[in-house]
Amino acid sequence: MRKLLLWMIVLLGVLAAPVEAKLRVFACEPEWGSLLEELAADTIDVDVATNALQDVHVVEARPSLIAKMRKADLLVCSGAQLEIGWLPQLLRQAGNARVTSAAGNFMAANQVTTLDRPASVDRAAGDVHPDGNPHVQLDPYRVLAIARALSARLGELDAANAAIYQQRFDDFESRWQAAITRWEIKAAPLKGKAVVVHHSAWIYLLQWLGMREIGSLEPKPGVPPTSAHLSSLIDVTKAGGAVAIISAAYQDSKPDEWLAGRTGVPALVLPFTVGGDEQAKDLFGLYDSTIDRLLGALK
Amino acid sequence: MRLLAPALALTFLLPGALQAAEPPPDAQIAALAERIRALEANAQMLQSQAAEALAAAQAAQAELQRMKTAQPDPAVAEVSVTAKAGDVTAAANQFNPSIALILNGSYVNHSKDPLDYRRAGFPLVGEGGPSANGLRLGESELSFAANIDDKLYGQLTVAMESEDGETHVGIEEAYIETTALPGGFIARGGRFYSNIGYLNSHHPHTDYFSDRPLAYQAFLGNQYGDDGVQLRWIAPTDAYLEIGTEAFRGENAPAAGAAHGGVGAKTFFVHAGGDVGSNNSWLAGASILHADARDGEDGFSGRSNLFLFDFTWKWAPHGAFKDSGIVLRSEAFIDDRKGVVIDPQDPLALAQSWEGKRRGAYVEGLYRFSRSWDVGYRYDRLWAASSGPYASDHDPQRHSIAATWHNSEFSLLRLQLARDEPQAHFLDNVFTLQYQVSLGAHGAHKF
Repeated sequence: MRKLLLWMIVLLGVLAAPVEAKLRVFACEPEWGSLLEELAADTIDVDVATNALQDVHVVEARPSLIAKMRKADLLVCSGAQLEIGWLPQLLRQAGNARVTSAAGNFMAANQVTTLDRPASVDRAAGDVHPDGNPHVQLDPYRVLAIARALSARLGELDAANAAIYQQRFDDFESRWQAAITRWEIKAAPLKGKAVVVHHSAWIYLLQWLGMREIGSLEPKPGVPPTSAHLSSLIDVTKAGGAVAIISAAYQDSKPDEWLAGRTGVPALVLPFTVGGDEQAKDLFGLYDSTIDRLLGALK
Repeated sequence: MRLLAPALALTFLLPGALQAAEPPPDAQIAALAERIRALEANAQMLQSQAAEALAAAQAAQAELQRMKTAQPDPAVAEVSVTAKAGDVTAAANQFNPSIALILNGSYVNHSKDPLDYRRAGFPLVGEGGPSANGLRLGESELSFAANIDDKLYGQLTVAMESEDGETHVGIEEAYIETTALPGGFIARGGRFYSNIGYLNSHHPHTDYFSDRPLAYQAFLGNQYGDDGVQLRWIAPTDAYLEIGTEAFRGENAPAAGAAHGGVGAKTFFVHAGGDVGSNNSWLAGASILHADARDGEDGFSGRSNLFLFDFTWKWAPHGAFKDSGIVLRSEAFIDDRKGVVIDPQDPLALAQSWEGKRRGAYVEGLYRFSRSWDVGYRYDRLWAASSGPYASDHDPQRHSIAATWHNSEFSLLRLQLARDEPQAHFLDNVFTLQYQVSLGAHGAHKF
């Protein structure tokens, strides 16, 4: 009986031996899934682990994700400990040495400089990330630097298609640069404007657009808004001349609406990542939608 | 600042100028005039220098401000790629190994004295009995985990508990695990909790209730772990499929006495799972624990086969379980034994041979209605043997409800009420108030 089972396992292993086809990529967040589409749509298969309506800080290490991780040749995630609550578990359970380190392990935040690096890591300050703020997808310059590194990584892993990756990156770069110019002109009226944020996830966007964050609904990063803290924000929001209270599509917007009702400052739900609203179908749409919505709050 | 520099210059220069004014009046006046012109020029130069310095300082400040607020040049970001590589290792070292500490404590009130607690048909084994009355510090758990090198991962979990004024320190888990075997294989060795069933491989701090289901208490002494080896394989399929086997020393219930030269227990398990749409995920498993017992805690010697079937269904809008969702879980146990039983209380009693089956199951549901609150209900049931030394007419059962408040993902406060009927005419109403916190490294939990 035992022997039979052992042989069955061996047989299954042989039958299931991977047929080398396209490069399989496991993308932790939709923004990287979209970037991979831009850089390598036809030459890779992409599994996107999360969607825009999930909080990527606390995704569950679901069995389906283990199965996807098992088959991946490359892992593309934000990094900077954003996925620390589930990614290490997936990696340990998937038994896939290709993606645990080295070339098969690509962390976006490692390709750029991160902001908000805490001087000390103390949970009393909330859920702070020692490697800095990991939400780098909303600065187009950082996205470009990440795209360049990712394209090179794809070429390294799949040398046969390296020329395609290079060409696709060049194409993406020129379209992206043009889009940046367009966005910057369009977003000029936002410069200097103040906002109140739900979670401290917007620093890169606000910095790029020259906007200011004057308060956060979460008393500490990752700690749900409390009524006392929200009450204290009423004056801050009014006095600071905030133009909007912004939250991501995945967040519970009730506290935002509560504050909006008491201050007259509109609560604004931004897509935050690809798929966060109708318009944010890809990275370009994500920025279009974000800027349109912010401009809409000025009216 | 702007005025200070030339003023200072004048104070230093003027005395020198006056001392030098000795020669005849005309020449003196001319020389003085010359001096004054020179001084004026000097003062002007100093003034302009000071102004320049100030402007430069202002420019630097403005630039710093720009750098703080403006996006970095892509080139700058690129340079940082190489610079970051060093940083990453430094950060990894800083948290190597990652240390996590679980603290918990409770107040428990039983309506019946826990010392009188007997479970009909199921002698208490391991830590499978009821908790003590009153205020009590629970098991404090300290765990260290890290990748050892590029091919191995290691973990140590130490549990500290004080009982009757004595502090017990025990090694719950201490194992190494491969991270780089090809073909989806993972091997593990050391002491660890078996991967059979669902709850067994999970540490109690991830449970939805303050105690384990009756079936775990009755058949596995709360949780089955021992010294052993494990090999598991993840199939490269679209759905999750894990197949594995383990060999254990066989010292802990349901095994005992480390039979077969210290390889007294073996397991085989299969787990499968997947998603249904983006709102639902499931996990199911079938496992068998084959154990040999020599003079077990419950007086049993012989072989036992324990079959476990587990099923978990999680529903959450958009798969975001953090804010709301429902979990349904059930596990069923069939314990098939053949051997002899000697009453452990009375070693002189005659051995009774016994062959028979006992069963157990639980069903639990958890409803999470916000990020901070969840409520759960669990129904436990055991089916005792109808004949033999453990025969009983009464089948133990228990209802539990729990409400848990999470201040953050790292701390919770739980209120649990249970109605436990372990034997006929013995109804124990249990009130439990429990806190549990985790410090240190983020524990990444299994599904």
